[in-house]
Amino acid sequence: MMEQILDILIVVFAVLGGFFGLLGSFGLLKLNDPVSRLHAPTKTSTLGVGAILLASFFHSWGYDHHGSSHELLILMFLLVTAPVTANFIAKVHISRHTKPEDLPSPGEDRLWATHMQPEENGDAPQQQG
Amino acid sequence: MKILNRLVPHPYLTLMLTVTWLMLVNRFSLNSLVFGLFLGLLIPFVTQPFWPNRPKLSKPLNLIGYVAVVLWDIVVANFIVARIVLFMPNSRRQPAFVTVPLDIRTPEAIAMLGGTITMTPGTVTCDISSEGHALLVHCLHAPDPESEVATIKSRYEARLKEIFE
Repeated sequence: MMEQILDILIVVFAVLGGFFGLLGSFGLLKLNDPVSRLHAPTKTSTLGVGAILLASFFHSWGYDHHGSSHELLILMFLLVTAPVTANFIAKVHISRHTKPEDLPSPGEDRLWATHMQPEENGDAPQQQG
Repeated sequence: MKILNRLVPHPYLTLMLTVTWLMLVNRFSLNSLVFGLFLGLLIPFVTQPFWPNRPKLSKPLNLIGYVAVVLWDIVVANFIVARIVLFMPNSRRQPAFVTVPLDIRTPEAIAMLGGTITMTPGTVTCDISSEGHALLVHCLHAPDPESEVATIKSRYEARLKEIFE
């Protein structure tokens, strides 16, 4: 009985992982502008990999009789690093393909950080000399 | 107290590194606990110059509730994005950049908010304003940008403000 429940759990997570992984790649193809394309891989693929890792976690916990915590660790690192990657890609897009006029106004500040030139910055890079 | 502050500049980082090491070793033993603690003390001490200010958590326990809310939202977010990707034609989708004015000022809290926004329903953090007073957020499908901003502010920013400030 216990084993059956465990099997069902593993299968559900593995299938869910496969589905969301596929969806992430499909979204990358289907969405039609560069920043929208970011949404699919950052969110969907992260959950896809997460679900596969959970399936692996339950498998090691149920069948190897000494659980494995590596999966949880990978999941943690993944959740922390995915937004950073997405942010970098978005910043590259902003820097190469948009002008300050294309974006909404940044409120009380004058510019978005990516559009700021080094000399406008208070702590400009030191002169080499 | 001052010496302790200098020797253990980031107590939370020490705790996290120790736990990470134990999980990496995959089996609990006194041996790995001692070595993990050694790494947890050494790494923050050596990297001290790169992270000079010390984030103060006024309510560290609220972090657990926050992580639970975010994990739940990540799962919900994926079903929302899945529906948009699979069933909404590109012509009907209304992507938009919105500005989220910030009330929080702690850099660590802003970084965490940015990460949270990226992982949750249909939004990706793209940039921060030059003085750090607003975030630029891209919405996958936002018929009503105002309500997106209101959700972000009430759901995540308010909680982070409680934890960090």
